[in-house]
Amino acid sequence: MDADLITVRDLRVSFASDAGIARVLDGVQCGIRAGEIRGLVGESGCGKTTLARAILGILPRNAARIDSGTVMFGGRNLLDLPEDRLAAEVRGREIAYIPQDPSTAFNPVFTIGTQIADLMRWKSPLARAANPPSGRARREADLARVIELLRLVQLPNPEALLRKYPHEVSGGQRQRLMIAMALLPEPKLVIADEPTTALDVTVQAQILKLLKQLARERNVAVLFTTHDLGAAYEICDRITVMYAGQEVEEAPVSEFFDRPSHPYTRKLLDSLPSAETGLRGIPGEIPRLIDPPAGCRFNPRCERASDLCRTDRPPPEPVSPGHMVRCHHRLTEFSA
Amino acid sequence: MNAPILEVRNLRKYFPVRNLWKRRIGWLKALDDVSFDVQPGEILGIVGESGCGKSTLGKTLMGIHTATQGQVVFQGRDIAKLRPHQSRDLRQHLQYCYQDPGASLDPRWTIRASLHEPLIVHTALKEPEREQRVREILAAVGLPATHLDLYPHEISGGQQRRVGLARILTLKPSVVILDEPTSGLDVSVQAVILKLFLSLQQQFGLTYLFVSHDLSVVRMICDRVAVMYLGRVVEIGETAKVFHSPRHPYTQSLLAAIPKIGGPRVTDTFSLEGEPPSPTSLPSGCRFRTRCPKAQAICAERDPALRADWPGQAAACHFAE
Repeated sequence: MDADLITVRDLRVSFASDAGIARVLDGVQCGIRAGEIRGLVGESGCGKTTLARAILGILPRNAARIDSGTVMFGGRNLLDLPEDRLAAEVRGREIAYIPQDPSTAFNPVFTIGTQIADLMRWKSPLARAANPPSGRARREADLARVIELLRLVQLPNPEALLRKYPHEVSGGQRQRLMIAMALLPEPKLVIADEPTTALDVTVQAQILKLLKQLARERNVAVLFTTHDLGAAYEICDRITVMYAGQEVEEAPVSEFFDRPSHPYTRKLLDSLPSAETGLRGIPGEIPRLIDPPAGCRFNPRCERASDLCRTDRPPPEPVSPGHMVRCHHRLTEFSA
Repeated sequence: MNAPILEVRNLRKYFPVRNLWKRRIGWLKALDDVSFDVQPGEILGIVGESGCGKSTLGKTLMGIHTATQGQVVFQGRDIAKLRPHQSRDLRQHLQYCYQDPGASLDPRWTIRASLHEPLIVHTALKEPEREQRVREILAAVGLPATHLDLYPHEISGGQQRRVGLARILTLKPSVVILDEPTSGLDVSVQAVILKLFLSLQQQFGLTYLFVSHDLSVVRMICDRVAVMYLGRVVEIGETAKVFHSPRHPYTQSLLAAIPKIGGPRVTDTFSLEGEPPSPTSLPSGCRFRTRCPKAQAICAERDPALRADWPGQAAACHFAE
């Protein structure tokens, strides 16, 4: 088995609000291997975006607090790293980010070229070279790199595109630009936070195809958060399911869809509209994170829940190699 | 076939495109010659990608936009050209449901006040009768009568949505236009809301126009489906037929783009290139030809009309088989 590129251990994050303290991440464990595409799925409020942001160190500072845990990356704990070193060495360099909504990620009053040039001033891989070229030579080398990457993400006529303003290009093209910008500093990990949610289905198919192909070619690991199980099926190698701030199951993609072991995963798959199962939702609502249920947070909505589930959070148990589930009464092949 | 409850004939809605000096420099053809019928009691899905005109269609039918040309015949009268004040009594029978109906509740009104309002505006019912109607509807959307005294912020988002729906139904409309009713919902909640739509349809004998970009949802609940591309209906037919054997190349691509869990990966098989052209500068002839794998010379010259060549299915393509 490959060593993990990044390891999240026992991460607890809480948000202060007027109503109380919401425990948004509650002891999350997660490891991502080099070069793998990892899906992080769950419904709104399950903590997938918070996890992605905690890794990048971009949680809102006035509200979020990291209560415990470590995020090990390249031998360092990112949570201990001072902000200036995180910004200079990790964020946007080794770990890049693709946001959900590419239209708000650009500044509307500058051309796309200006904004990418600005990015390259700080994050260009040439800046890390042994004897970096300076001034004009560096800018020209960077520009050539940018144009090459824009071609790689299949944007037509990159030179003209750089002179355009963000509103002049379509949503799909903006998301291609975001992918190109994420890959410019040659990162080891790209965190893609719901990158296709705002896109139409035909454009989504194109973007997923591109993301998968580039990640494979460049051996970049991707943490792909989504609420769309279909999109996760398309590109992921492994999938982690989160529910109300806890990870509940982690499995290779084929195992995940064929043999879900956690009752929540099963119900989530069953809620997808399909001709065989009809319309099946999950009764009840996602718990309030200010006063979450003790033990397994899914217990109020789970028909298999016992007293044990109401007091103790289940430990991770292996189902098969690479397949982990946290459930006291996990589903087996025969109990479906 | 029964008489249609709603007939749309050659409906056009053009928005002027103006330059800095407010001079008109072109038209954005949001709806360009759209025709279809809606049968009483059916759920007609309207699908397409953003910018295809599906929301404009819903709003033009409602009279929120005035049609540039064409007819909308509802209950025997043409409603496309009505002025806003003339269409007031129409609202009782034709209702529009925004993406999140809960968001249209006044935060300073109790649920009771919000639910009474449409009845005060449109009917001459006395207070006790209104109260009785409101309670009936509230029970139908699955909320307890105790909620009547609460304010919107005191109930959950899902419950607000139900109240919004109840508000639309208090007038007992016959046709409801649902505009993207499930977008932004998690799958587990989506299934619950869809079930609610279906049970309300049974209970009140409603006809739905279900505008959505989510094809898997449309497949589940619609009887017929109309596929739109750049302001035009390119294919219309019974849901099972359209999904099983789509005739128009655009419908085929659209269906091929939906991830199918357990099936071949779309990321390995999908081949449609590019994005829709801008609706302000449509290509000549067939508007899909710039992306169409089957396009030939004739497609640039002649705009294909909707051909009803298959039982229960029609498509606008020169080469559809």
